[in-house]
Amino acid sequence: MRALVAMSGGVDSSVAAAIMLEQGHDVVGVTLKQWEGADGAMPTAGCCTVGDAEDARRVAAQLDVPYYVLDYVDEFRTGVVERFGAAYMAGLTPNPCIECNRTVRFSALLERTTQLGCDVLVTGHHARVDRDRGRFRLRTAVDGTKDQSYVLHMLGQGELARIRLPVGEMTKAEVRERAAVLGLRTAAKPDSQDLCFVGHGDYRDFLRSHFPAAARPGNIVATDGTVVGSHRGTVDFTIGQRKGLGVAVGEPRYVVDIEPATATVVIGRREDLQVVGCDLEQVSFVAGAPPRDSAVTVKVRYRARPVPADLQRSGGSWRLTFPTPQLAVAPGQAAVFYEGDEVLGGGVITATHPVP
Amino acid sequence: MPLQRSAVRLTPAGCETVGVIYLDHAATTVVRPEVREAMAPYLDECFGNPSGVHRVSQRAKNAVEDARERAAALLGAARPLEIVFTGGGTEADNLAVAGPVLAAGTGAGVVASATEHQAVLETAAFLARLGHPVTLLPVDGEGRIDPYAVAAAVTEETAVVSVMAANNETGVLQPLRKIAEAAKGASPGVAVHTDAVQAFIAEEITVEETGADLIALASHKLGGPKGMGLLYVRDGVALEPVIHGGGQELGRRSGTHNVAGIVGMVAAMEASVADRADFRRRVGAARNGFEARLAELVPGLEANAPRDARLPQHAHLRIPGIPAETLLIRLDQAGVAAAAGSACHSGAIEISHVLAAMGMSETAAAECVRFSFGWVDEPRDGVAAAEVVAQVIEAMR
Repeated sequence: MRALVAMSGGVDSSVAAAIMLEQGHDVVGVTLKQWEGADGAMPTAGCCTVGDAEDARRVAAQLDVPYYVLDYVDEFRTGVVERFGAAYMAGLTPNPCIECNRTVRFSALLERTTQLGCDVLVTGHHARVDRDRGRFRLRTAVDGTKDQSYVLHMLGQGELARIRLPVGEMTKAEVRERAAVLGLRTAAKPDSQDLCFVGHGDYRDFLRSHFPAAARPGNIVATDGTVVGSHRGTVDFTIGQRKGLGVAVGEPRYVVDIEPATATVVIGRREDLQVVGCDLEQVSFVAGAPPRDSAVTVKVRYRARPVPADLQRSGGSWRLTFPTPQLAVAPGQAAVFYEGDEVLGGGVITATHPVP
Repeated sequence: MPLQRSAVRLTPAGCETVGVIYLDHAATTVVRPEVREAMAPYLDECFGNPSGVHRVSQRAKNAVEDARERAAALLGAARPLEIVFTGGGTEADNLAVAGPVLAAGTGAGVVASATEHQAVLETAAFLARLGHPVTLLPVDGEGRIDPYAVAAAVTEETAVVSVMAANNETGVLQPLRKIAEAAKGASPGVAVHTDAVQAFIAEEITVEETGADLIALASHKLGGPKGMGLLYVRDGVALEPVIHGGGQELGRRSGTHNVAGIVGMVAAMEASVADRADFRRRVGAARNGFEARLAELVPGLEANAPRDARLPQHAHLRIPGIPAETLLIRLDQAGVAAAAGSACHSGAIEISHVLAAMGMSETAAAECVRFSFGWVDEPRDGVAAAEVVAQVIEAMR
């Protein structure tokens, strides 16, 4: 088989490429050029920089496989970055990595795989794809602390048939060890932490510079609308945030809503953060059909612990109900349903339902 | 999991050029055997620095000045000292554009075609940042400059007019003599520069033929070593140097001479000039055979440069429905080397400013590929290459 390996310059994708070679496949390494600075140059900070492409190129040279850089700047700008800004300005808490997987990596790039003469797309994601009685399953990674199945929840049978995730069976330590034994230069390279297009600073600096309306000063209000303070830009806040509110009322207050359009931050008590359910859109199921059992476990954020929930049809879409109220469920984030270690599917959170 | 190291080769396997159908000679070409031979002593016992008193230096200086004399003769220059050796074609272009402007001072301007190589355009952009006026001339749909447009754009303030002899991407030839006459007609004191980097191997590039005051050449396009070039500078043209230092090349380009490179470059120039008529015949036949056969096998092909006014080695084609980025990768997988646009540092292809200046849409430009033949090719190589390329395109459709 010929495998197209998406190489980010990190240790996971480096080892993924090496494993495909070990298994006897041909490998073609590619790096996606996703973002460029104002002068057209690739960024030099954050993820997916010129330095990262250099690392990927050298690993490809070490493994003696062909290596190309593919231009996805336009697709990434419209599908990921602009969407990120628009979602944020609409008061949502977007997850651009999910949009990237949905619109660039596992659609545009996956389609390109055949055009580039390859049979499968390989990435260094920590998650597992396998076959069980004729259908493909997406499962959490062996290394629970590195599991990335959350951002892959939108994949279906068609995609999974053409994807391989070789490092999902390994712990991060095992991946680094394998890279070191193979003498790959990325063995000790630290994982990139930030959004790949953010570069220097963090996502707040990014929003400030690209969406100045997000940096307007405005009011902090209580849930009844009373103005209780002021802020210097909605970018400084996230749903569920407790610190840095600049408001002292004796008991803790949390951000319960953010409205960038009016530059308003709404704070409330802990109880105001609790939701008993939420509506979803863009719901997909890995098996191609909903699970028979409506009882699932759900992650409402990338780093959330899975919690029990009930998944029901609602109108033309779906809704989740939480037997135990959940805190800080933010519209714009993905809710991903699991059954044990198997990903059932997921969707984007739209409205939340507070405790009645 | 057990490690199976033997399945993963970690040592790079040399340069695989044997067996590759190399159609990217416009990017760089095979080094001539006579060039290697000419350079060898200067990488060995003749290691001297020409700038010195003793005999070791004298030997090196003799070699450099002998090369200079030969280069001057090949270009039809009046005097050997009108030849300035540089560190490549890009550096020669930098000196040719910035030199006259910086020497003339405040208000001095540049007039250049919009399809110039980035070495000219980026130098012009640099001068613009310093406050000098820069005018870029539009080209027609085939990439040609109108001499009247040059005359109209040149003023008393213009220090240099820069129009390349042939475009490196499409191969289109510019009417240099007419352009030089038009420029001088508008302002007798203006310096006319031509980037002849791509053209020299195929066309008669001399001071008289071009009418130019500044001619830039690059060694590696001629089968010489990389990192070496020259600028012909007509006596009387004032230049501010861009590389400052010990004052070599009469102060116009400082730095210890790359003696081996200079000797190699001039050997390549000599071989190119001697071979020119045969190059045009042989390589032109290969290119024509390639285009004809490819057009038979791939319907809808479009050539981007006018057939009667282009270099014999270029086949710059638009293949509708086939994205160039993917095609180049598939061609590489089939052992064919070709090019598109220009590569940025990361290696991704960027849309060509040349095609944009010709009025081509981004989508059309994204379907354009450059195939270019070289001095090692025989006429029959064109048809054979076309068949492989057609197969790859067919597999993509």
